[in-house]
Amino acid sequence: MTDTMATLPDLVPPPVELPERVAALRSEVRAFLAEERAAGAWRPRADTWLSGWDERFTKELARRGWLGMTIPTEYGGHGRGALDRYVVTEELLAAGAPVAAHWVADRQIGPSLMRFGTEEQRQRFLPGIAAGEVYFGIGMSEPDSGSDLASVRSKADRVDGGWELTGTKVWTSGAHHAHAFFALVRTSPKDDTNRHAGLSQLIVDLKAPGVTIRPIPLLTGAHHFNEVVFDKVFIPDSMVLGEIGQGWHQVTSELAFERSGPERYLSTFPLVVALLGEIAGHDLDAGRRRDLGGLVSRYWTLRRMSLAIAGALEAGKAPELAAAVVKDLGTRFENEVIDAARLLVSIPPDPGGEQGGFARLLADAVLHAPGFTLRGGTNEILRGIVARGLGLR
Amino acid sequence: MSAESNTELREMAESVFGDAWDSSTDAFDAKLWESVEQTGLARLTLPEEAGGSGGTVSDAAAVLTAAGQFAARVPLVETDLLAAWLLHAAGIEVPSGPLSATVAGNLTIQPAAGGAGADVSGTLRRVPWGRAVGAVAVLAGEQVLLVDTTGAGVEEGVNLAEEPRDDLVLNELTVRHVAVVPSVAVVEFPLRAALGRALLLAGAARGAVAMAVRYATERVQFGRPIAKLQAIQQSLALAGAEVAAAAAATAAAAREVDRRGFAEASFAIAAAKARAGEAAGQVARITHQVHGAIGFTREHDLRLVTTRLWAWRDEDGSEAYWNDRVGARALEAGADGLWPLLTGTP
Repeated sequence: MTDTMATLPDLVPPPVELPERVAALRSEVRAFLAEERAAGAWRPRADTWLSGWDERFTKELARRGWLGMTIPTEYGGHGRGALDRYVVTEELLAAGAPVAAHWVADRQIGPSLMRFGTEEQRQRFLPGIAAGEVYFGIGMSEPDSGSDLASVRSKADRVDGGWELTGTKVWTSGAHHAHAFFALVRTSPKDDTNRHAGLSQLIVDLKAPGVTIRPIPLLTGAHHFNEVVFDKVFIPDSMVLGEIGQGWHQVTSELAFERSGPERYLSTFPLVVALLGEIAGHDLDAGRRRDLGGLVSRYWTLRRMSLAIAGALEAGKAPELAAAVVKDLGTRFENEVIDAARLLVSIPPDPGGEQGGFARLLADAVLHAPGFTLRGGTNEILRGIVARGLGLR
Repeated sequence: MSAESNTELREMAESVFGDAWDSSTDAFDAKLWESVEQTGLARLTLPEEAGGSGGTVSDAAAVLTAAGQFAARVPLVETDLLAAWLLHAAGIEVPSGPLSATVAGNLTIQPAAGGAGADVSGTLRRVPWGRAVGAVAVLAGEQVLLVDTTGAGVEEGVNLAEEPRDDLVLNELTVRHVAVVPSVAVVEFPLRAALGRALLLAGAARGAVAMAVRYATERVQFGRPIAKLQAIQQSLALAGAEVAAAAAATAAAAREVDRRGFAEASFAIAAAKARAGEAAGQVARITHQVHGAIGFTREHDLRLVTTRLWAWRDEDGSEAYWNDRVGARALEAGADGLWPLLTGTP
């Protein structure tokens, strides 16, 4: 090779094939979802992993062994692989099923407890997560700390037997229903030469004295977000996650789970299903058929990329870079889907429309869209990670 | 082959094609062709008993991506994925040397006056590398003709990357090898061409972004490498994601072919060619923008990959062509069938 030849790192691992073992699992999930829909238990919605809080449904999933799938059996889980979990989650999301109650706990809290938690913490939380009875939120952002997560100011001071926590977390989805969250906090003063030092993760009981939870209504008025204020909340030593001072490293690992799943490209998939319901049986001109095909080609590609990440997770890796790539592509695509769908048929969005119908799904999708490219790290932050992976910074 | 040997194959191919990088000519690279013959890459997927290497389509994917990345000036898709396959399927012995292949609809084919074979008249349009190959495998209906190019008139043409796309004029040319192929081959030909082209596209996209990343780390403006500017980082991250998408789609389509055959993988191939074509336009735009004026000149090598991106996205079916097919499949599947279509599990 001449010295002018440049090479590029592989940003996303090669595609994986799903193992044979998951085919039966997929059929079981589909049969269950069909039953639920036939019974009218819920109607498909967009962005259900934020807005579809349904504890009955969550417990039904748990009863079938579809929560805590990767958690070892000694902690009440099912000891299955990341690809088994992947199949279940993609089926639930594609169907627009109400998965919000267990989403955070099942996606990132379980794996983090397995990686960093003490035996006591695992025993305390994991069986409840797998049973669909213990729900978690995320305690990262603060009023003055969004993309610059290392600037968090919530502070825990050493006291006898534990830590005393003071500060505020924001944008915590479901905190008003959840039992606990991991708060990323400062446990030693900020060091400007090492901004990532001195951070720790504490497991905060959201019902504990000194914790106040206030709603932050979304632009629709709906209550999903919350502000969580800590006023001298006592956190016993037993509720420190991992090591004091290792919070940044731990939270980065947690983000690999938070960012890598199929929910990062499927939030608006139920809208496309409803769209097909509207246009099936009609003659579609070539231009619109191509637009529809363009969406489907991109869905197919994103799914292969998303599966590649699940394969890496199954192999025990933390594919932070690949997750950033797919989340950036996928969440932009979730928005593009809305525009394509609204231009393919002449049905205006209707927030009061029939649940599960195109007009209602379109309204939900449009009004939830700003969140897609913000939550779990803005796309600008993700591209910064990709740029680092490319060797630019 | 296993994933591991696939990595080895890819490294070998990158080394072979990287060594051949040369911006001083657009002509067929005879020396590179010798290398690919010697290393068994030239007839990679042809079965061993027919003189090939017996590799999988995923193996070919690794090789073709590398060929695209380094703008290799040899007809690999045409020789291996198309001509050798088609001739072998028709029971015609595969000749040595570089080959091309095409589908022709307007030939006059008559039994040869002198016995075996046929006398053929008509024009083969825009045959890839027509002037550089000894023979062209022509699919005319369900007939396969092995056309010796020495007997054809050549009207030279090129694509945007100045790759030969020549018209071959046949004037009562006697073609000795004529055979009939199963009708599935007629379906398979355009799918093979599209997948091959998509893999080359994925490679060229990768090559363009690799060059832009390198350029951004070397080019100093405002007192620092432009790679340090967030605007450049954000643009190249978008381009990098497009490269990853093209790579994932094309590699997955190749796997699908290995599992189910070309005809059954038609949906995957259509989606992959469309997605790779979409990536091509975005990658060419961003990498040129990052390079500034120098990339827009003949003296800079960026054009070797970006002109290929522009040429190949329209060859063997543009995004419009393949997305139309994907859209038709989605409509046919309907609301309940869309997710099963995407997951390949009814």
